[in-house]
Amino acid sequence: MLLEVAGLSRSFGRLRVIEDLSLSVQPGEVLGIIGPNGAGKSTLFNLIAGVLPPTAGTIRLSGRDITGLPPWDRCRLGIGRTYQVPRPFAHMSVFENVLVAAVHGSRASLRQGRRRAEAVLALAGLAAQQARTAGALTLLDLKRLELCKALAVAPKLLLLDEIAGGLTEPECATLIGIVRRAQTPDMAVVWIEHVVQTLRRIATRLAVLHDGGVLAEGAPDAVLANSRVQDVYLGTEGR
Amino acid sequence: MLRSQSPRVVAGRAVLVAGMLMLAVAPWVFGLGTISVLTEFLTMLVLALMWNLLAGYADVVTVGQHAFVGIGAYAFYGFAALAQIRPPAAILLAGLVALALALPAMAIVFRLRAMYLAIGTWVVAELFMLVAGKLSAFGGGSGVSLPLPVLRALGARPAERFIVVYWLALVLAATAFFSTWLLLRSRVGIGLMAMRDNEEGAGAVGVDLVRARMLCFLWTAPFLGLAGAIATLQKLRISPAASFSIIDYTVFVIFNVVIGGVGSLEGPVLGTILFFVLREYLSDFGTWHLMLLGALSIAVILIEPRGLWGLIRRRLARDLVPVSHHGSRL
Repeated sequence: MLLEVAGLSRSFGRLRVIEDLSLSVQPGEVLGIIGPNGAGKSTLFNLIAGVLPPTAGTIRLSGRDITGLPPWDRCRLGIGRTYQVPRPFAHMSVFENVLVAAVHGSRASLRQGRRRAEAVLALAGLAAQQARTAGALTLLDLKRLELCKALAVAPKLLLLDEIAGGLTEPECATLIGIVRRAQTPDMAVVWIEHVVQTLRRIATRLAVLHDGGVLAEGAPDAVLANSRVQDVYLGTEGR
Repeated sequence: MLRSQSPRVVAGRAVLVAGMLMLAVAPWVFGLGTISVLTEFLTMLVLALMWNLLAGYADVVTVGQHAFVGIGAYAFYGFAALAQIRPPAAILLAGLVALALALPAMAIVFRLRAMYLAIGTWVVAELFMLVAGKLSAFGGGSGVSLPLPVLRALGARPAERFIVVYWLALVLAATAFFSTWLLLRSRVGIGLMAMRDNEEGAGAVGVDLVRARMLCFLWTAPFLGLAGAIATLQKLRISPAASFSIIDYTVFVIFNVVIGGVGSLEGPVLGTILFFVLREYLSDFGTWHLMLLGALSIAVILIEPRGLWGLIRRRLARDLVPVSHHGSRL
């Protein structure tokens, strides 16, 4: 098992955002996580990536307990993540943005990191923009850059937080294409998305988050056909 | 890498190189008064480069960096005057003492973050100053002058000593500038630049924020200590109030870096030059000079948080002191 989350809880004061959540992810799969706003999706990512400490529970990566590790150690152990709101290094070039991730995330020298950054930028179709200042990119390119940074750390587990949010249909298709090309057999993708249709196209498994726990999980079509899921979530989406 | 350089960048680099050459020939060109001001400028430049590294890149906003300047001054006095070690060796040892005392200071200060860290650094600096005032061998609360034999070791006559101290300051400033430049160009440096732009984002791509902050803190301490030793050679005495002066060694330095441009190598240089130009022309106005500096730094923050250098940089194709990494050219 690549990722094992057991009994995970997180409260902010008296507000319990994640409550006794358990989840596991195997290499090679694409787990889509959907859920209404406030279901705890982004908090779950912040717990897995190490930005927030959990109030209870454990997180294991390839069998190793990483619950107490800071974000940079988790990154180096193989967790790459994107942010819902892109966090570019605004005063650095696109190339340098990816180079930082390649050098620090995969513990490479500058020379090795350079090669890795070039390969990732080419894969994502961002090579032509590599000399531009990251702060000047369009939304699609910022999302591409987020993805490039996450891929440059050589992740075993890729966490994508609403990376298709705010993009048009063809732009979504572009991003899905990049993720498909980047995924290796030993790598897993966990993809949070508000828009169900995007995930339906790429997810091998779907989990529905509701009230801080997993409401349903399984094959995408079966999960979406589940009457409880339709009640709490899809009903509001007007499917 | 061959790239057509913009004329402005070429002109800017020409000014930078001309300035360095001017400093290298200064003793043969200028009178002792100017040499003395240039020595002070070089010492301040070292402090500005160090504060910028800590606050501008590693997000360790210290208001206690005068602690290490004072420690350097006192350690230098101890080695040169009390232990009678030759001044050049005593200067180097002063830098090492600053580095050694940075370890316990860091252990205290790094438990805190942001605003609390700033206050913590100040408290630690005050603590060091109070301890210095208790050392009777170092003149206690009122301080003590450097004994004549220490000065004679630098040169027979005052004029020679001025020049020797100038060279020492120049070597220190050049070392501080070029080594910090190399640091920023290294794999550590690219992580520091990422931290400057987005700290959480840097952590998420594997930059070890804690280790980077510690490295920067330990990097700056010996340079500050060396600067303290050289400032002592210029002022010819140590005292708790003057050697640990928060105004001279921290407040002015913060003004300089903020006005010049935080988070760049050019900014501290520009800010320190501006500080000395303003001081030469405005020192007759006394307190007004300080109020103008304060007003100027606030105005700069409001207009461009990355300082005067930030304003200039928008009109340039690239940095004057290149710290960037480029991919394959297309």
